[in-house]
Amino acid sequence: MSLSANAFGSLELKNVGRSFGGHDALVDLNLTIRAGEFIALLGPSGCGKSTALNCLAGLLPLTHGQILIDDRRVDVLPSEKRDFGMVFQNYALFPHLSVEKNVAFGLQMRNKPRAEISRRVKEAIALVKLEEHAKKLPGQLSGGQQQRVAIARAIVIEPRLVLMDEPLSNLDAKLRLEMRTEIRRLHQSLGLTTIYVTHDQEEALSLADRLVVLREGHVQQIGTPAELHDNPANWHVADFMGYRNLLDLKVASVSGSSAKVEGDGLSLDATLVQPAAAGDEVRVAIRPHDLTVAREGQGTEGRNAFAATVSVVEYQGREFAVGVTTSTGKNLFVHSEFAPTPGETVMLVLDPARTLVYRTSLTAVSAEEQELLQVRG
Amino acid sequence: MSATNTDPRPKASASRRHRLAERGIDTQLLMLIPALLFGLLLFVYPFTYGIGLTFQPLPRTQEQWGGGVFANYVAFFKDPFLFDSVWITMRLALPVALFNVLVSVPIAFKLRHRFRGKRLLSTLLVLPITLGTVLTAQGLLIFGGRQGWVNRFLMEAGIIDQPFPIVNNYLGVMLSLIISGFPFAFLLISSYLSGIDPAIEAAAKTLGANWKQRFRRIILPLLAPGLATTFILTFVLAFSVFPSARLVGDALGETRVMALMAYRAFGEQQDYAMASTIAIMMGVVELVVIAVVLLWRSFLYKGTTGGKG
Repeated sequence: MSLSANAFGSLELKNVGRSFGGHDALVDLNLTIRAGEFIALLGPSGCGKSTALNCLAGLLPLTHGQILIDDRRVDVLPSEKRDFGMVFQNYALFPHLSVEKNVAFGLQMRNKPRAEISRRVKEAIALVKLEEHAKKLPGQLSGGQQQRVAIARAIVIEPRLVLMDEPLSNLDAKLRLEMRTEIRRLHQSLGLTTIYVTHDQEEALSLADRLVVLREGHVQQIGTPAELHDNPANWHVADFMGYRNLLDLKVASVSGSSAKVEGDGLSLDATLVQPAAAGDEVRVAIRPHDLTVAREGQGTEGRNAFAATVSVVEYQGREFAVGVTTSTGKNLFVHSEFAPTPGETVMLVLDPARTLVYRTSLTAVSAEEQELLQVRG
Repeated sequence: MSATNTDPRPKASASRRHRLAERGIDTQLLMLIPALLFGLLLFVYPFTYGIGLTFQPLPRTQEQWGGGVFANYVAFFKDPFLFDSVWITMRLALPVALFNVLVSVPIAFKLRHRFRGKRLLSTLLVLPITLGTVLTAQGLLIFGGRQGWVNRFLMEAGIIDQPFPIVNNYLGVMLSLIISGFPFAFLLISSYLSGIDPAIEAAAKTLGANWKQRFRRIILPLLAPGLATTFILTFVLAFSVFPSARLVGDALGETRVMALMAYRAFGEQQDYAMASTIAIMMGVVELVVIAVVLLWRSFLYKGTTGGKG
């Protein structure tokens, strides 16, 4: 394969920020990206992830900070000089040009010789498996095919960086999975440095090498999929990463990094992720997968155990997603390997290590407190 | 293929009324009656009556030009005083339509983005729509006449010593046509432009196209059908010019447009047949220009432009 990335050492975002009027859409984004890395910007709508992408693409000027590639500033370059390929949410194909000509556009703008253009266009179209549609207009293609054209058009110029703005959100569920695999395959075979914006945590976890979670323009956490999945930095990230059970409880006692939390008729052994003292109001995050319905006779030593009433049972293939109600009327989402009967009272078990305690406020933990936690741990 | 007993399709079981409704034939069609009636009474009948009139030339036309029932048409093509009016009208309408379209494009392009004073500027550009032609003509006369502000100012400032002829000539009519035709062109082109998805231009930008390349290779091809339509509309508006040709033009000389000639035949010579002939020929000339533009348009991309359009 002769398509390849225009190599660079590292891409650095330094205090990148963007304000609209008095509103800060993006604040102090600091990120260093190695060549070949796949980064996902993740967050709910309005969190600033698309703003970040448009700033990178040069479609929005920065109001603060710098973007550097190998210590050379690129934020001062106009969009057309950055050599970044971008894939848009609504594809943004040129509707009057055939698939071939869409893909060739970027190369023509670079005044490449005709033979080279036709060779590279052919390769790119083959890469996204659209050979038989090369002469068609975008309007004659399905959504998934159009998005493939958009991807081919972005990578054919061998960009230094590929930017993808929610490229799969307009596709149906099946196609989305297929294209996800496709994007992963392309990334693995071409090694193109990619920044991918999405609001779908599953998509981000499956595609990215590293994730950046944003909330209201502020970075909440940067880490590998496993780090984010297992150890969210605050309750907001936890909520976003699928910790569907968020309980507001009170700390009864603390010893090291473990604590006893109480409230809502529950008393749980838990793990402190953010520092807290006895008497503090905290938010406890539990993933449905970690809170399971105990089999009869199953031992519960070393684990939290409490009773609840089954209200809803959903079949999910190998296991069951169960909605339960605690004695105080709190609704929880749990998992079960067998099908409980609605109305039945069941025993739930939970590993204290997977019972994560967060502060209710989302302001960043200071370095001092962080250190304190380390010492205690 | 005729339906036979061996036709594999089963006989439709739905009622006749249901099947007709599927093809759009139902009682709702009755609502078209008022429109049809109006169309027949106010357009089809007078139009065909007018065509009929053109084949009933006055005896004096027949004597002078011959040609029997076609005497009016013979006269139209052979009488230079009549026939030249086609070029005179064309000489006005074509440049005006071109100007309106070509000037609207960059302005509409600039006004796409949000900026301070955008609303005020668009209001100023569209305002002339609300002025009647007569009011525009009146204003032009006061403003640009021999004793108008412009000439008085230029003469008193010593820049010219003879009044510069702005009105009562070709220039006057042209200005008046631009003032009344430009807002239409501008509004139409603005709406065509807003129909082009901005992401398409952003995509071209990230692919390395500078603004000239983006305009020529992306915006212009997507906009071209809209430009053709706009051109046709402003051309037709300008071609049927009548009041301003008379009020701020030179009605017997360089702005002797076809509408004026028709009016003259009807009002001054009581020759209804000739007036109808000129009116029909006006329509024919317009149709020819429209046909040429539409032919050109048929070679262009006609599909969606991806935007909200």
